[in-house]
Amino acid sequence: MDTREEPIRVMLAKIGLDGHDRGVKVVARTLRDAGMEVIYTGLHRSPEQVLDAAVQEDVDVLGVSLLSGAHMPIFTRIFHLIDGMPERPRFAIIAGGVMPDEDVDALTAMGVAAVLGQDTAPDTVVERIRDVSAPAREA
Amino acid sequence: MTAPKEIVDAVLEGRNQAVARMLTFVERRTDGVDDALAVLHRSAGSAHVLGLTGPPGSGKSTLVSALARHYRSEGRTVGVLAVDPSSVFSGGAILGDRIRMSDHGDDAGVFIRSVATRGALGGLSRACLDAITVLDGAGTDVVILETVGVGQAEVDVISAAQTVAVVSVPGMGDDVQAIKAGLLEVADVHVVNKADRDGASRTVAELREMLRLSRRSAGQWNVPIQQTVAANGDGVADLAAVFGAHLEWMTEHGERERRARRNAATRIRWVAEELVLDELRPGVAAFDHALDEVTAHRTDPLSAARHLVGRR
Repeated sequence: MDTREEPIRVMLAKIGLDGHDRGVKVVARTLRDAGMEVIYTGLHRSPEQVLDAAVQEDVDVLGVSLLSGAHMPIFTRIFHLIDGMPERPRFAIIAGGVMPDEDVDALTAMGVAAVLGQDTAPDTVVERIRDVSAPAREA
Repeated sequence: MTAPKEIVDAVLEGRNQAVARMLTFVERRTDGVDDALAVLHRSAGSAHVLGLTGPPGSGKSTLVSALARHYRSEGRTVGVLAVDPSSVFSGGAILGDRIRMSDHGDDAGVFIRSVATRGALGGLSRACLDAITVLDGAGTDVVILETVGVGQAEVDVISAAQTVAVVSVPGMGDDVQAIKAGLLEVADVHVVNKADRDGASRTVAELREMLRLSRRSAGQWNVPIQQTVAANGDGVADLAAVFGAHLEWMTEHGERERRARRNAATRIRWVAEELVLDELRPGVAAFDHALDEVTAHRTDPLSAARHLVGRR
């Protein structure tokens, strides 16, 4: 194991027809200021593109920001694609944005490691990402 | 934790997930990565390594994306290392080069990796060169290194490329002049991107003037100035052709060999420095002893240093 503290690598993604990226940019800056390396994908990506990119970047955490209401089909698709991969990627997947409470359990059951609603305080975002990244960083 | 040696074979086969993992090991200097690199180094050497540098906003990422598209249309695989600076305050970074490279999302023949400088002097340089070895060893046909060309470390990195392109844009005035001055010597190709903008011909003329003033001898590569509009692909095929011509010219004139030797010298020197420096830190008995002796004025810094590195 390394003795030095390596920065946590996080990919932040916007998927589908969702042009609201102010939140994700605020989160990107918050994480950078907390010493993390943030790779932002830009808007209108497909689940395939994002998973491919997250594998190439070998991130610890993949955060998908969704304010379009399409979180259920998109996360279903993401985990379907992951099931089809030759090797399960090591990164944790988290959801951010606007998701009704009743969907949180379903997302968690799919494998989403944390659901951070739009009202999550910046410090909490940093803390939760540190938590969920821990197992990925051991892998 | 996966050990580097367990995935060397998968890297040699060019499997993206293994390549991605190995790049992390390189970046983190994970135990055992040196042995893995030793294996990969023996399989490397067939990629054409391009270095692309220029000021922020000159369209490097878009140009890299357009070049990748071109090389893919020729059936060649592409690896991209996109270097962005880390924050000097938090050590964190926002790496946004992928935003401009999105159209390769589901093509396994294009591998893009964002690299943060992490502020470590020299550390970036070594990690980058090792990363090139990984992509090269994985059988990538064209490796593109993209960096904002400021600072000695970045010039060192970019010098490791076989073909270095310096990207300018019209209308950037004095900023671009300063950067060009620093990188002028390493440019094999000048690119004026966004050439559909006003002032493109003037930028070309300024570059031509500057090249005329630089010392040149007979039999030297004639540095071309290429115009591109990366956003719509104009001039990109021509640029790729010039890169190819440069590699061919280098091979014919022995320059490829010369650069490979220079690159090898740099790398040996860096690693040697690291090996030496590793012994020169508090906690190492001989070093602590030297500290005591020099502090007490029983010996001088130069003699202590010579003694420590085993030279008299």
